[in-house]
Amino acid sequence: MKNRVAYFGVFTALALIFSYVETLIPFHIGIPGVKLGLANLIIVIALYKMSLKETYLLSVVRVVLSGFIFGNYFSIIYSLAGGLLSLTAMALLRKKGGFSILGISIAGGVCHNIGQLVTAMIVVETFSVIYYVPVLLIAGLVTGLLIGIAADGMLKRLVNIIF
Amino acid sequence: MKLKKKDWILILIIVCVAGGAFLLHQVVGGKGANCVTVKVNGEIEGTYSLSEDREVSINGGTNVLQIKNGKASMVSADCPDQLCVHQKAVSMNHENIICLPNKVVVEVESSEESEFDAVTN
Repeated sequence: MKNRVAYFGVFTALALIFSYVETLIPFHIGIPGVKLGLANLIIVIALYKMSLKETYLLSVVRVVLSGFIFGNYFSIIYSLAGGLLSLTAMALLRKKGGFSILGISIAGGVCHNIGQLVTAMIVVETFSVIYYVPVLLIAGLVTGLLIGIAADGMLKRLVNIIF
Repeated sequence: MKLKKKDWILILIIVCVAGGAFLLHQVVGGKGANCVTVKVNGEIEGTYSLSEDREVSINGGTNVLQIKNGKASMVSADCPDQLCVHQKAVSMNHENIICLPNKVVVEVESSEESEFDAVTN
């Protein structure tokens, strides 16, 4: 389709805006690493609307750009590990079938946190971060569910857009 | 939009793993915590008792740890995100405060257990 590049640009812009909105929400609950992951909403929608290759590209572009604009070199590494693991898990579950968008989004949220945790383990060379596992799993479950509900609502309104 | 059967199974697995990990933490850790170990870049910089109040400068001053009333908290860090400063004070065994940019890990331990670890390692 000839509008592919334009849609890709729009999705990238949307993901960046969500990353920005996320930085505006003060959301400190005393546990590092727990956040809503609004930008993942765009990734979930892209998963359903674009080819897998393009979704991966979108994920990487989004992480690198938002890392340069809002974060630092560290946040890029963490987001990349989390984002790629999360997308891989979502793609596999979707291919396997039987899961609703909520389940897929939950898997994405949880795997995002696991990816970041494993990276943290490697960077600080300690296993003690493993004690965050319960909190991060539940946090990923809740945020994944919320993102899934939002993505479902958006997809219902995006039926006319076909890439 | 309703959750399908496989969605529920997925949720159940996640909750079970989280619950199991939490219980394991409660059984393994929990009591007997009396000191904090400060690691920078994976190497131990120092061990400080939780029973005496003090402030510790870590990693040549990039982070400052405060020990007060048996709890340890990070009071300052030179990194931009300040996640470790926002984190609540730690006092339970194996709880920790981590400053990723400076690679600083502060972990609560019991002094007997660290000897045990040293032997098993």
